[in-house]
Amino acid sequence: MSPHLFDIAHMLAGGLVLLSLAMLYQDRMFGLLNVFALHAIVLSASVAWQGHIQGAPHLYITAIIALVLKAIIIPLALRRIVVRLGIHRTIETVVGVGPTMLAGMGLVALSMVVMLRATQTADPLAREDLAFALSVVLLGLLMMVTRRNAVSQIIGFMSLENGLILAATGAKGMPLVVEISIAFSVLVAFIVIGVFLFRIRERFDSVDVSALDAFRGERR
Amino acid sequence: MPAVLVLWAVAALLVAAALGVALHRARFASRAIYLISLAASLVILVAAGSHLLAGAPASPGVHLPVGLPWIGAHFRIDALSAFFLVVTSLGGAIASLYAIGYGEHEEAPGRVLPFYPAFLAGMTLVVLADDAFTFLLAWEFMSLSSWALVMAHHHDADNRAAGYIYIVMASFGTLTLLLAFGLLAGPDGGYTFDAIRRAEHVMPGVVLLLMMVGAGSKAGLVPLHVWLPLAHPAAPSHVSALMSGVMTKVAVYGFVRVVFDLLGSPGWWWSSILLTVGGTSAVLGVLSALMQRDLKRLLAFSTIENIGIVFIGLGLALAFKANGMAAAAALALTAALLHAFNHSLFKSLLFFGAGAVLTATGERDIEKLGGLIRTMPQTAFLFLGGCLAISALPPLNGFVSEWMTFQAVLLSPALPQWVLKLLVPAIGAVLALGAALSAACFVRAFGIAFLGRARTPAAAAAHETDRASLAAMGLCLLLCLAVGILPGLLIDLLGPVVQGLVGARMPQQSSLPWLSIVPVAESRSSYNGLLLFLFILLSTLITIEAIHRFASHRVRRSPPWDCGFPDPNPATQYTADSFSQPIRRVFGTLVFRASERVDMPPPGDTRPARLVVSVRDTIWETFYAPISDLVSVTGERLNRLQFLSIRQYLSLVFAALVGLLIMVSIWQ
Amino acid sequence: MLLVLALAPLLLGFTRKVKARLLRRRGPPVLQPYRDLLRLIRKEAVIADNASWLFRSGPYMIFAATWVAAALVPTFATGLTFSWAADLIAITALIGSARFFLALVGMDVGTSFGGIGSSREMMFASLAEPATIMIVFTVALVAGSTQLSSIANHMLDHASLRVSLGLALVALIIVAVAENARIPVDNPATHLELTMVHEAMVLEYSGRHLAMIELAAAVKLLLYVSLIACIFVPWGLAPAGASLAAYAIGLAAYVAKLLVGGFVLVLFETSIAKMRVFRVPDFIGIALMLGLLGTLLRFVSGSF
Repeated sequence: MSPHLFDIAHMLAGGLVLLSLAMLYQDRMFGLLNVFALHAIVLSASVAWQGHIQGAPHLYITAIIALVLKAIIIPLALRRIVVRLGIHRTIETVVGVGPTMLAGMGLVALSMVVMLRATQTADPLAREDLAFALSVVLLGLLMMVTRRNAVSQIIGFMSLENGLILAATGAKGMPLVVEISIAFSVLVAFIVIGVFLFRIRERFDSVDVSALDAFRGERR
Repeated sequence: MPAVLVLWAVAALLVAAALGVALHRARFASRAIYLISLAASLVILVAAGSHLLAGAPASPGVHLPVGLPWIGAHFRIDALSAFFLVVTSLGGAIASLYAIGYGEHEEAPGRVLPFYPAFLAGMTLVVLADDAFTFLLAWEFMSLSSWALVMAHHHDADNRAAGYIYIVMASFGTLTLLLAFGLLAGPDGGYTFDAIRRAEHVMPGVVLLLMMVGAGSKAGLVPLHVWLPLAHPAAPSHVSALMSGVMTKVAVYGFVRVVFDLLGSPGWWWSSILLTVGGTSAVLGVLSALMQRDLKRLLAFSTIENIGIVFIGLGLALAFKANGMAAAAALALTAALLHAFNHSLFKSLLFFGAGAVLTATGERDIEKLGGLIRTMPQTAFLFLGGCLAISALPPLNGFVSEWMTFQAVLLSPALPQWVLKLLVPAIGAVLALGAALSAACFVRAFGIAFLGRARTPAAAAAHETDRASLAAMGLCLLLCLAVGILPGLLIDLLGPVVQGLVGARMPQQSSLPWLSIVPVAESRSSYNGLLLFLFILLSTLITIEAIHRFASHRVRRSPPWDCGFPDPNPATQYTADSFSQPIRRVFGTLVFRASERVDMPPPGDTRPARLVVSVRDTIWETFYAPISDLVSVTGERLNRLQFLSIRQYLSLVFAALVGLLIMVSIWQ
Repeated sequence: MLLVLALAPLLLGFTRKVKARLLRRRGPPVLQPYRDLLRLIRKEAVIADNASWLFRSGPYMIFAATWVAAALVPTFATGLTFSWAADLIAITALIGSARFFLALVGMDVGTSFGGIGSSREMMFASLAEPATIMIVFTVALVAGSTQLSSIANHMLDHASLRVSLGLALVALIIVAVAENARIPVDNPATHLELTMVHEAMVLEYSGRHLAMIELAAAVKLLLYVSLIACIFVPWGLAPAGASLAAYAIGLAAYVAKLLVGGFVLVLFETSIAKMRVFRVPDFIGIALMLGLLGTLLRFVSGSF
């Protein structure tokens, strides 16, 4: 294989990390949704490219699923939810943008070190792909932690799942069935959360999850 | 023999100190003593400089039968001490020149004149010492004489507080140095540096930490810096320049001497401590400087930043040395030493400028100055040069050493340790951040103090300072420019110094075409200050020529436009606090827990609206406040011991004796 | 050097024209900046009563530093005669010198607007400059050199996609936008008091002095576009000692790159709104983080 094939795979994985960081930075709802859609598009491109390199046609199916579900359906649906909830204004972050980004950087560095040290014997491309995937997962988690708005928490969760898919395709060997079931379970989770959101809103007039804490009596 | 010559000069300085005690009431005393100091410093400069120029040949030490009877006092000049002697004596000479003019304004010459030459002698002796005992003695002598100078204006309560904190910190520092040398000398008690070099060392890591505390507190490393911004500004300005510009370098010398020379091969983790502490000092120092309104205190905080940069260079050098990369270590160490030299030049210049402003206006608060560029044009020009140099702008000297440190950072991906791989890029970013912030800091200092309109009558009535002071400042600026455009010559002089410490040196620079500097290889990086300087000069001249030939010459003076709101009241100008407000909001909320509160009276109330800004010293609150609380609490508790009966005292002594005996029996 | 000088106002005129077009206006002719400069030079200079020597000499210093920095960036051919005199770090520092003087002259007359401009400019710079240095680190670690000519040659010979370079490119674009006072950071067209940064500093200037500062700003814009072109799209650069035809191709490629760069910049500008001043540090902070991330990746493993 020519080094350029690797380079492009690398570039796409790095682009995912970059977009995850961009999501951390975005504090407007629609901007966040757009970045998330872009995230999914880059993910499907990356998966398709892996299919091309590895000669594994089932990866194309995964790519198409990712493209249709995550880049088109979910963002559109979320957009409708956002409009109906009327929360297309600034998101409150719990921590400021600067510290969040710093923490994100630290996480990326951490995952690089952990992955590159743990898998010193593996194929170099897979190692670095795994490192990127881990950082995408960690950044998704960070996003869920730092946001108070339920919708952006969902997006954090979805981007975390994108990282899992990236890891799976890089590791050459996830059966198609598993992927499809993951995709559908995410969809189901999405629907459940979507329903849940409206329930929350009905009850508390807000989708700020700190309202839930107050309800449980943890906060006064 | 240079060492003997230097010792004679030191003797002359001590005689001058004695003369200062005797003659301080005479009118000519100030001039005479500063002239003697100047001459002695020049002698030391020539002796050390010629030694360095000759390639620092090995010279026998001098042994004087003073001090402890079975040790005596050993002195020696090798390449490292010759270089630092150049730094101290150059700083001393320029400060003495400045003081010939500045000293005339001194209110209490009796409290400055005896200690000033003694302080110079102390610093020289520290660098010259060749055994642990002499080193510590000279170190303490230096600390005490500078403490006396800090206390020169002791009628001011702030100065007394500064002196108190200084003496506590200095004693603590000397204590750790004592312990460090105790560990170095080992059970055999070999106190000459030669014997220490040959001995096997127990717990070298502990020695490093003790040195970090001892020398680091003198140099002003965070978090041991608290005394520095209080004590340096309290002294008369030429002494402030010496303390900030030179004494901190003596501390760097002590550190380099022990860690690079005496302690043998380093462990790689040492460098991570140095890098972390250096990086913290660099950023915290400059951020604190940005919050200051007192011009001299601002300069003192900026010293902390520059010492941080020096220690970053030293840390990189240690990391390379520990991994056997001698050439890279040579680059990093050269960068650190060069920055130490540069800092001594421009920091002296800036303190001299601050002193000139102080005598002309009686103000150190930049919020009460303004417009000095019109009343003190020459001082303003020289101070501006110092600001450019310290902000690391080409073609002056600050940029050269910072550029070399960046080059050393670029060599460090080859380091094998993961911790360093992650730490060094972050430190590189910190270094760049520090440089950019210091530019902001000095735009603020110069812009508020020298530009704009006078904010007080005192600032409006300022007058140009005397000729000796101007000469000293001009000399500093010339040297800054010379090092900036011809750094290759100085780097070559540093060759033997670095060779002795890390076993390699940077490639010979002076033979390169156009006197450029090339740290590793030409295809990798090169910098030519001379050409850059010529380019800038040339393009400025071309532009001026072109404009004068083709453009309109008409000039009309009018009131400032200010977007249509001309207001003659100088109070409407931007102030120092408002200048740093954006930076305070970006960085300060995290570092200083800075907060702003607007107190807006309700409509109808005639009370003025107020903006309250609070900035807290987090270092003091985290590290020192608990210690001082603990001390006072234990003091309260132990107070009871004063009122015991004799029997109780005896039983205490008895218990202590038995306790010690038990400890000895268990220990074996 | 003269080429830089001649092309800079053209680029500025081009961006203004395209911007006007995108906003459905007709816009001034492309050559308008030249005319503006000429007129400014011919007019008399009005100087405030209390302006000092620094106020009068400042524009020349600013212009000279920017000009030298721009002349050190390879435009259409590598292997400039004196390219080894200063590397990328030195170019960054030269721009820093120009900014230092600009901030000082803003404070010279002692008006509140000058102060506000200087203060904000230094705040932006305190993040943008480290960001630039980190970008330089990333690029230098990839190419093994901080010399621009060597970097361009390396990129020509070993063209490949690298994650760290991608990060550096995004960061450099952010820095370029911030440094040139373009829209999300500062608005070059506004004189609305509370939103301006660059214009606030030069408020008191007129006549030939203003001409120098305007020209310096134009040169700086050109510098950043050529820097991006030289590092990330070096194709078409003529090697040292090439034939005249190669130089001609290089020149044509350079002009094409400038046009594309200007167009993309304008596209970006028109599609985004101006930020609040205290959002800007976040924006530039991103560039710093990306630069740092790129450098970290290069430190950790050579294949990023």
